[in-house]
Amino acid sequence: MKNGIFTITENKPLTHNIMLMRLRGDASACTRPGQFINIKIEGLFLRRPISVCDIKGDEITIIYKIVGAGTNRMSNMKVGDELDVLSGLGNGYDTSLSGDRPLLVGAGVGVPPLYLLAKKLTAEGKKVSAVLGFHDKSDVFFEKEFAEFCDLTVATSNGSHGKKGRVTDYMDTDYTYVYVCGPAAMLRSVYDKSKTSGQFSFEERMGCGFGACMGCSCKTKYGYKRICKDGPVLCKEEIIW
Amino acid sequence: MVDTTVDLCGITLDNPVIPASGTFGYGYEFAQLYDINILGTFSFKGTTKEPRFGNPTPRIAECTAGMINSVGLQNPGVEKVIAEELPRLKSCFSKKVMANVGGFSVDEYVYTAQRLDECDCVGWLEINISCPNVHGGGMSFGTSPSAAAQVTEAVKKRVRKPVIIKLSPNVTDIAAIAEACEAAGADGISLINTLLGMRIDLRTRKPVIANRKGGFSGEAIFPIALRMVNDAASRVKIPVIGIGGVASAENVIEMMLAGATAVEVGAANLVDPFACRDIINALPTVMQKYRIQSLKEIIGECVNG
Repeated sequence: MKNGIFTITENKPLTHNIMLMRLRGDASACTRPGQFINIKIEGLFLRRPISVCDIKGDEITIIYKIVGAGTNRMSNMKVGDELDVLSGLGNGYDTSLSGDRPLLVGAGVGVPPLYLLAKKLTAEGKKVSAVLGFHDKSDVFFEKEFAEFCDLTVATSNGSHGKKGRVTDYMDTDYTYVYVCGPAAMLRSVYDKSKTSGQFSFEERMGCGFGACMGCSCKTKYGYKRICKDGPVLCKEEIIW
Repeated sequence: MVDTTVDLCGITLDNPVIPASGTFGYGYEFAQLYDINILGTFSFKGTTKEPRFGNPTPRIAECTAGMINSVGLQNPGVEKVIAEELPRLKSCFSKKVMANVGGFSVDEYVYTAQRLDECDCVGWLEINISCPNVHGGGMSFGTSPSAAAQVTEAVKKRVRKPVIIKLSPNVTDIAAIAEACEAAGADGISLINTLLGMRIDLRTRKPVIANRKGGFSGEAIFPIALRMVNDAASRVKIPVIGIGGVASAENVIEMMLAGATAVEVGAANLVDPFACRDIINALPTVMQKYRIQSLKEIIGECVNG
């Protein structure tokens, strides 16, 4: 974990409610895909934890959905604005367990952290496939970017873009491991459907984001864990629903 | 050179800044960021006799200038704390630490306090009779002068180290509780624990916190905490530790003028892990600005009578 000032180099809409922000600063604490940063926002008490989508040198890319007061303020920030950021938080995905044909499954704002993971797995010489789910064609983002690294299937609930249905409808393929990020209900259905071991990234309301307050604890088969520090990525074998 | 040292129940602190229990874990997360030996001391995560998972999640809700938590005394239990956490704590903190003790009965408080009293790294025992997030214990001991006195007396009988009783603000007359603790032999009191609060999510029309309500802390509560510290300090002679919304060196000085011998910093650590370091670094400059030579000399300047 590092604390530093980052400068916004880009902040643009990807869809009607999804934004992409690039931040320049000391990104050296971010060592694994699936980690997150915690952003201080003027006028709000708690920092806002957002997963890291990409890292290039000293530039971090995050993708966030405009949901409440914090992300609303973020969406109005300008290039050149400075942010107080805690970076390199959480354990992130372990790519050493993937086998040679990992499958990435993401939905909604669970999609962004899988991008850096896809890049890393590809760089390690693995044949990566991905199933990404969205509600509607107006919600789809990063399709082209993922297609560069993965054998990609995009599904929308209403069939308005790509395949029709849920991500679990398109998991009957041959894969060696799963990496998953998305809403709790989606994590659960992917967990039930998946035929291999895997890693699942969880979300919880956090106090500090670095393991001090015990605000985001969960029970696992290997004891109590903090989503922010021991997670957000948990192994399939340790998850208790 | 200004003098930031204070005496807390016979132990000299380099400065009065103490991270509050539950906001600093056992120190390791913060020791990765800076040398935590600059602290006066810190109060480690509230410890109970048995391991506790605590309350269901969500446990955190944001508020204006503060937050609500409902952690519910999650901790691995006193034996594991002694066997695993304290050795690690000692590897990153060489001063005496404050052991925070929770409980659900007088016997439990006594047992846990006794076990921690035996640990050489422990300098003080802070007995939490004010946790708003557990049932059948915790705060129920802190809302009645006689129950508070009963816990204090029972613990005092069985331990050698200074006993500091941590009080709840969710009472009508906090000074009466403070007096009862002093009469029962407490070596100090610390206040305030969190104020009971609640938030409702407009989208779900349900409480944000799974346990419905929790403890409100953060800068918003500073004036309330200051007033209560002043009330209590006006009625007892034992040292008072001021807690509640402290986020700056100015806040520390204000608390001390109100009657605090030392000051605990809570929620500020969670949003800014360097909060205590920055307060300690700023203290000399702020003291000079207000022509304060020694912090000891300003303790209780605004105490009534």
